[in-house]
Amino acid sequence: MSASWANPLSARRSAEAAAADRVVGRAVAAGAPAGWRGLIADWSSDRQAFKVSWGKAMMWIFLLSDTFVFSCFLTGYMTVRTGSAVPWPNASHVFSLNIGGTELPLLLIAIMTFVLITSSGTMAMGVNFAYRRDRVNAATMMILTAGLGETFVGMQAFEWTKLILEGVRPWGNPMGAAQFGSSFFMITGFHGLHVTGGVILLLIVAIRLLRGSYEKSGNYQIVEIVGLYWHFVDLVWVFIFALFYLW
Amino acid sequence: MSTTTPASGQQQQHQQHPIGLYLKIWALLFLLSTMSYLVDYYQFHGLLRWGLIIMLMLIKAGLIVAVFMHMAWERLALACAILLPPLCLLVLVALMAIEADQMLLTHGLFFR
Repeated sequence: MSASWANPLSARRSAEAAAADRVVGRAVAAGAPAGWRGLIADWSSDRQAFKVSWGKAMMWIFLLSDTFVFSCFLTGYMTVRTGSAVPWPNASHVFSLNIGGTELPLLLIAIMTFVLITSSGTMAMGVNFAYRRDRVNAATMMILTAGLGETFVGMQAFEWTKLILEGVRPWGNPMGAAQFGSSFFMITGFHGLHVTGGVILLLIVAIRLLRGSYEKSGNYQIVEIVGLYWHFVDLVWVFIFALFYLW
Repeated sequence: MSTTTPASGQQQQHQQHPIGLYLKIWALLFLLSTMSYLVDYYQFHGLLRWGLIIMLMLIKAGLIVAVFMHMAWERLALACAILLPPLCLLVLVALMAIEADQMLLTHGLFFR
């Protein structure tokens, strides 16, 4: 332990010594506690790196961790797909819809993509209304967003049903490499779970907004925070769409 | 970044952007999604396909993060803290790509 700050003569120390202290990272500030107390003090002494509210900063950090979770799934999918000696099922065929006798490749997935992008657009407008403190319009936009999100989950349920009826299972399928099923159910399932959670969150916040629960604090920032989560769900879908369905 | 925010002194609590901005980005995302769908529809193959898919994916992701999630107007400290760590994932992807090639090789030997 350095005794430099306890030394009454420290004020007279040469500038060189102080510079050396800074180089080795010793605390030069007088009165700073050491040990565990010091650790706690250093991490909690009202230091602020991000000039945003804590709620927003924590949502961003949560989304960062979620980025890693989804990236691990997608990287795992890449690994089993590249490593499989059996041909991978052609997504363009597997996810095609037969409408009026013509096979339209990936049609349902394209519609799902458009629905989710639209929901992101309505969410952005809802956040904008919240900035303007227009709570009725903000809540309306959020409910609309939740409706579009639920439509997306419904279409995903339809897609799952179709594939299960065609014999796709996590351990095998009639179209090709067995890992297709496990990758598909894991990745889209986890994403669908996120969308479902987002819909619930959106509805809760929209109802609270309409009931005036945020009037006491006058702070509508929760709308922006929920919005961040919702845009992230859309962001993940962009990657799933490109890497799983189009690849 | 050369953004000139009107209330840079404040904590940017009240970002005011015209609704039209979101509509424009929404239209752009729609267009980009249509383009990536068409890549599959017209059955492009090889490098052209992968190039287009990845490029369109990154543009879409960038637009969502920058405009919809307002990252373009956040301070650099937050942007760096959130956007730089995912770059580590490139290492993971590179490692697993090597591993996958190895897997393919051993599968090829085993299932001969």
